[in-house]
Amino acid sequence: MSDIIRVEHLSYVYNPGMPDETKALDDVSFAIQEGDFVGVIGSTGSGKSTLISHFNGLNRPTSGKIFVDGRDMWAQGEDLRSFRFLVGLVFQYPEYQLFEETCAKDIAFGPKNMGLDDAEITRRVKEAAEFTGLDAALLERSPFELSGGQKRRVAIAGVMAMEPRILVLDEPAAGLDPEGRDTILSQIKAYHEKTGVTVVLVSHSMEDIAKYANRVLVMHHAKVAMYDTVENVFARAPELLELGLSVPQVTQIFLKLRQKGLDIPIDVYTVPYAVKVIRRLWQEKQRKGGGSNAS
Amino acid sequence: MLRDITIGQHFPGDSIVHNCDPRLKLVATIGYVVVLYACGNAVGVALSILLLLALYAIAKVPVKLILKSLKPIVPIIAFTGIINLLFYPGETPLVSFWIFNIYPEGITFAVLMAVRILALIAGTSLLTYTTSPTVLTDAIENLLRPLSKIHVPVHEFAIIMTIALRFIPTLVDETEKIMNAQKARGAQLDTGKLGQRLKALVPILIPLFISAFRRADELAMAMECRCYRGGAGRTQLKVLKFGKNDFLCLGFCVVTFGIILATRWVFPVIG
Repeated sequence: MSDIIRVEHLSYVYNPGMPDETKALDDVSFAIQEGDFVGVIGSTGSGKSTLISHFNGLNRPTSGKIFVDGRDMWAQGEDLRSFRFLVGLVFQYPEYQLFEETCAKDIAFGPKNMGLDDAEITRRVKEAAEFTGLDAALLERSPFELSGGQKRRVAIAGVMAMEPRILVLDEPAAGLDPEGRDTILSQIKAYHEKTGVTVVLVSHSMEDIAKYANRVLVMHHAKVAMYDTVENVFARAPELLELGLSVPQVTQIFLKLRQKGLDIPIDVYTVPYAVKVIRRLWQEKQRKGGGSNAS
Repeated sequence: MLRDITIGQHFPGDSIVHNCDPRLKLVATIGYVVVLYACGNAVGVALSILLLLALYAIAKVPVKLILKSLKPIVPIIAFTGIINLLFYPGETPLVSFWIFNIYPEGITFAVLMAVRILALIAGTSLLTYTTSPTVLTDAIENLLRPLSKIHVPVHEFAIIMTIALRFIPTLVDETEKIMNAQKARGAQLDTGKLGQRLKALVPILIPLFISAFRRADELAMAMECRCYRGGAGRTQLKVLKFGKNDFLCLGFCVVTFGIILATRWVFPVIG
């Protein structure tokens, strides 16, 4: 597998030379492989959103380079727009960008800008609507009549319809109820599995990252603090807590149990895995002590 | 590019210029503009620029900011400069072509005018740089209070202004966000013919208007929830007080402005 995005020594400064000058990214380097599902976490103001807006050239790096699909984004003669079709970016609260009369037209905005023919656009709109679970009846209604969750899905479909190689989502589930959260995130996961598109998901919820991502990028104070597989990152739970981030609730419980002296693995971050570990422990205990006590 | 808008941009600090009573600053700024135009001679204008630079230095506002606020008015200055150059009457023309005569008087007047406009913008920018918009509207409300006796809704005007100023940065931010979102979907905003460019604005203006109305709604609700009923009987958290320092500043302004104005009777008046 090859690197789809490679970031080299990327730095970005907001308002250079002004009194409110802030370094949003400080010498950031990493690479994302094609087909990965990368979760990006970090506390507010750690540079997550700035980082992802660099992925399709909305911000010009103060220094450093970004390669998408092997091409240097800011090299002479590169067409920035072609990168925008390669990297689909879904912003925070994307429902505020809807503007067309009908949802179908809004979803078609991206593909239309790509200069595709009508048949192809219709196919893509239909497919994107299916991925995000939008009824055909909804597509002919005005986006402003829909509920918040539905609007959000229309906006995400609008980016999916561009069929990018990388789909970047900035907190796609923010402000939704638990059910809406799960629906949207599992739809994204299903989309990832079906199309093989690389997904970068920014989220505040450790549970969500643990459940859906296979790699995690931890941002802290404009730098990359960790970048590893989910298991390895959550195995460093104490460090995460030190960075002011939480770990999934299961991991927290297991961390406490370990401190109590129980011999359990440290990288437990999903409920099914936790159940398996507890069951194994339980069986060992049954075999050894004949079930004298169950802690 | 949107971030270049400096109207109402506040540059917080802790200098005597910042802490001076906003009413005095407002009146002094108006006074400065009057003096700048009334003195009518090169020495007076030079002195007023010197005064302005000194005040900028005291306020510790970086020079970069002054240049930034002057950048958008360069076309206006160029335009007035050329008009003055071509049409200002004089006695012996320096250059003559077609129907235009350029006189030496015209050159001096054009330069003086350009410098005055620059000083005017830089001077008023100093006011907005050193005074937060809310304090400034407080000052305006305070100064105009006598008008409420004749049933001018001074407080309502002030609150409208405060809200408008308060929302400039928010809407600029919002516009930038929406522009980015549409650019991410491949919208082309800065290329193409005029018609195409206007059409490209639709995906930005519609979401912007919707969000502005939503914000207005939310703000009205929030204000009502906190029992806002308008101006009558309303007291203020920060009452403006004219202190000892302010009297010193007032004295300073009267003296410096007086000196600048006095040059009118010492040096030759131009125009």
